[in-house]
Amino acid sequence: MKFRKKKSGNRLMSRPEEGKNPSRGVFTRRALVLMAAQGAVLGALGERLYGLQVLNGSHYAKLAENNRLSKRFFAPPRGRITDRFGISVASNRINWRALLLAEETTDIAGTLERFGQLVPLEARDLTRIEHELRHKRRFIPVMLRDFLSWDDMARLELNMPSLPGVLIDVGTTRVYPFGPLLAHVVGYVAPPAEKDVVHNAELALPGMRVGRSGIEQTQDGSLRGQVGSVEMEVNAVGRVMAELDRDEGLAGDEIALTIDSGLQQQVLGHIADQSASAVVMDCRNGEVLAMVSNPSFDPSLFDSGVSQAQWIEWTNNSQTPLINKAVSGLYPPGSTFKPAVAMAALRAGTLSPSDRISCPGYIDVGGTRFHCWSRYGHGSINLRQGLKYSCDVFFYEVARRTGMDAIAATSELFGLGAHLPEIELPHVRQGLIPTPTWRRKHGHHWNGGDTIVSGIGQGFVQVTPLQLATYASRIATGRDVQPHLIRSVAGRMAALTDLGHASGMDMPDQFFEDIRAGMFAVVNEEGGTAPKARLDIPGVQMAGKTGSAQVRRVSRAMRESGHFNSANLPWEYRPHALFICYAPYDAPRYATAVVIEHGNAGADVAAPLARDIMTDTLRRDPVNHREPPGQEVAQAEVD
Amino acid sequence: MKFQKRLLRAEPNFQILTKLWQVNWLYVLLICALAVVGYGALYSAGGGTSRPFAGPQSIRFCFGVVMMLGISLMSPGILVRMAWPLYIFSLILLVAVLRMGHVGKGAERWLMLGGLQVQPSELAKIALVLMLAAWFHKISYRRMGNPLFLLPPAIMVLVPVALVLKEPNLGTAVIIGTVGASMFFAAGMRLWQIALLILPVPFLAKVAYSHLHDYQKARVTTFLHPESDPLGAGYNIIQSKIALGSGGMWGQGYLHGTQGQLNFLPEKQTDFIFTMIAEEWGYVGGVTVIGMLLLLVFGGMLIAIRSRNQFGRLLGLGISVNFFLYCAVNLSMVMGAIPVGGVPLPLISYGGSAMLMVMFGFGLLMSAWVHRNDTFGETVENRD
Repeated sequence: MKFRKKKSGNRLMSRPEEGKNPSRGVFTRRALVLMAAQGAVLGALGERLYGLQVLNGSHYAKLAENNRLSKRFFAPPRGRITDRFGISVASNRINWRALLLAEETTDIAGTLERFGQLVPLEARDLTRIEHELRHKRRFIPVMLRDFLSWDDMARLELNMPSLPGVLIDVGTTRVYPFGPLLAHVVGYVAPPAEKDVVHNAELALPGMRVGRSGIEQTQDGSLRGQVGSVEMEVNAVGRVMAELDRDEGLAGDEIALTIDSGLQQQVLGHIADQSASAVVMDCRNGEVLAMVSNPSFDPSLFDSGVSQAQWIEWTNNSQTPLINKAVSGLYPPGSTFKPAVAMAALRAGTLSPSDRISCPGYIDVGGTRFHCWSRYGHGSINLRQGLKYSCDVFFYEVARRTGMDAIAATSELFGLGAHLPEIELPHVRQGLIPTPTWRRKHGHHWNGGDTIVSGIGQGFVQVTPLQLATYASRIATGRDVQPHLIRSVAGRMAALTDLGHASGMDMPDQFFEDIRAGMFAVVNEEGGTAPKARLDIPGVQMAGKTGSAQVRRVSRAMRESGHFNSANLPWEYRPHALFICYAPYDAPRYATAVVIEHGNAGADVAAPLARDIMTDTLRRDPVNHREPPGQEVAQAEVD
Repeated sequence: MKFQKRLLRAEPNFQILTKLWQVNWLYVLLICALAVVGYGALYSAGGGTSRPFAGPQSIRFCFGVVMMLGISLMSPGILVRMAWPLYIFSLILLVAVLRMGHVGKGAERWLMLGGLQVQPSELAKIALVLMLAAWFHKISYRRMGNPLFLLPPAIMVLVPVALVLKEPNLGTAVIIGTVGASMFFAAGMRLWQIALLILPVPFLAKVAYSHLHDYQKARVTTFLHPESDPLGAGYNIIQSKIALGSGGMWGQGYLHGTQGQLNFLPEKQTDFIFTMIAEEWGYVGGVTVIGMLLLLVFGGMLIAIRSRNQFGRLLGLGISVNFFLYCAVNLSMVMGAIPVGGVPLPLISYGGSAMLMVMFGFGLLMSAWVHRNDTFGETVENRD
């Protein structure tokens, strides 16, 4: 025993001694069998590991990356909109919001209750919050309240320890510093509707807004900018662990309008509370300097959602605050149409400037008697006098001679009843200059009387105030100016801003001179229809044309009763008052069109309004300023 | 022997040192190396700190090493006398855990004992190994052919297996049964007897399946089709395979395994610790760990073969097979080769109870090595 112990004491394994104890031999053999099995099992596992890690490694590595990486997108800041001098008319304001992160509180109801004591939550908010808490995952914050005031924030910050899970977060919201003043031009934004999101998934991002009206709508693409993205590493429950890659995206383009917000303000001041619209244009290049449609609305209401009551109030208002009357309001031009008729006749050769037509106060055409606005008639008059006195009979006769097709062709060259391709607004209406062809298309016969009525801008003739301003500009310059609202996008000037851009119109200069002389006489000569439009600026004269468009046919009984006065009619039956003009007469700069709904007589209501607007425009002279008028003065005072 | 007894009388302290010198330090070094691997993995599973897992585990390991060395000094005679009380104690604990155990994942497995979380099934395994070794030590090879002598040890195996099954912990029950079976096999059970036992197994398996808990059945079905329930029961297997696969040949780098660090990997500090290692260290690291485990298993088996008494042989074999089964079940589980069951990777997974029991087992193995040349209490036939 001793010998054996010495011999094999430090050997791990001694040879089994068969025979003496069968147990040991059996044990050794069977232990070796077990070891072989163990080796085989662990070897097989090693082989399986090789298959998983080396042979299929790339497949699983891809799955692992999918597990780990998450790309999230965020909305870029929307582009600013400014007026022509860089004054903000639409910008982004920081919006402080309170959010609730459900995973960080154990008592959501308690947190909400304490929050409600500090910052009141409406029932509508509470149902929305409950809905979102049920449907969002616990690590995605739910918005409690936005547009927090400083007081709200101070109260919340002070009580943060008792509000577990509440976060204060900053987002942006669209603000319109001028509110209703520019609502129709600039438009407004609203959160995207579900159908928008279907077309463009980017819109689903929180903070994304869609332009719903005005420039915001038509320039939505460039204002929106490019979506930024963050590639993040997330853990198994989706929480962000690290930011791997960040694309800041691109802020939306800044758009400068042609509008002079100061002038816009003054124009609105003159219109006061009348239901009216006015357009002021640079008649050399078509820049719209002011475009007012009154009454208006507050565009910022749409961002957070318009209440039902507000919506009903707007849609039931007969003065249509939501509609931009300057481009969507259709009005018979009335007598303001007469220069176009005259041009048509001159071009057609059916009238020469010296031709005289006798006005006895009425004309009979096809057995129907058409009255002049003056019961006593104007006697024998030429074109200049016809325009000056706005004689209806003169233009009945001219229209009859010229024919409706020629009148329509010429007036469309002036932009009346025509599509204006450059105006960057939605819902622009085209209006209508009726022709026998159009009438036939609608299954009616064109009567001779239709031409007569159309000759003084009544009947089916319908135009927009913007078309009237364009018309006045084209008469003033003889050039094919295109009205537009955008001066520059992201610092690049619009091509239309160029003064020499507009091409000449296909009409002889002499004809223009004859018509301009008539319009000069309207304002500046004794006996003209619009003496009230005369400018009170030395050396500067204005040319214009009045218009009163009946919205209801004056019956013979009313006319013959002798004491008919449209001012006694109910408001909605009174004629619209219109005026178109441009100034200075000898070197035209600005053209203006004014339409006062149911304002009665153009000469009494629209002409003084146009004069005030034109006076302000000339005094400000916005096209000659780099900076807003008045600002240099203010700076000079500081210096 | 006489020489040693003289030493015992004259200089007992010296005898302890002699025994300590007899400890297989190479084997202890290997154990420590694996524990270091475990420390590193737990450090990573804790997100790069030792605080949650690695620190406490290393303290337990140090305690375990002391315990192991202490047990390695105990002579086989003492161990045989310990076998019965330990076995009975473990059965009492198994019953207790059924009565008032703490529920973990639908199964009663934990028992709080003086602030310690104890898994009685771990202790039962060791106690069973001791019991069987002590029993077979006294049975000669000739008597092994008599089924009467196999009946008592069979009961010794079946009682804890039944209790563990009742917990219900299928994985551990299978391991206990297999450890017992391997000891029967190594003790010299006749091959015809083995054949007689194996034949009815398929039929019994079918009966057993019908008595499985729903969650255990779910494990079997998701094992067969893991992709059928990717966020439910199949999630663990799929995520584990993804993490393993993304490790590739060389791994994603220590502390940089994305799936483990981002918690896609479930239970990464316990059952799925190997996945975490293989993700960060790649196939090279994974195979190294498997190799180290295999060395420990083979080393244990060789220690068993080397022993000159049946008790030591069977003790060493039982401990080694037990260790091997733990490793094999855990590795197969994380590689999606067998249904998932809560079996940790010994020496590496986080968990105090398992660590102490593994070290207890290694202590017994060391005792078998230190006393490899002792003979005691055998039948004459069993004497070498």
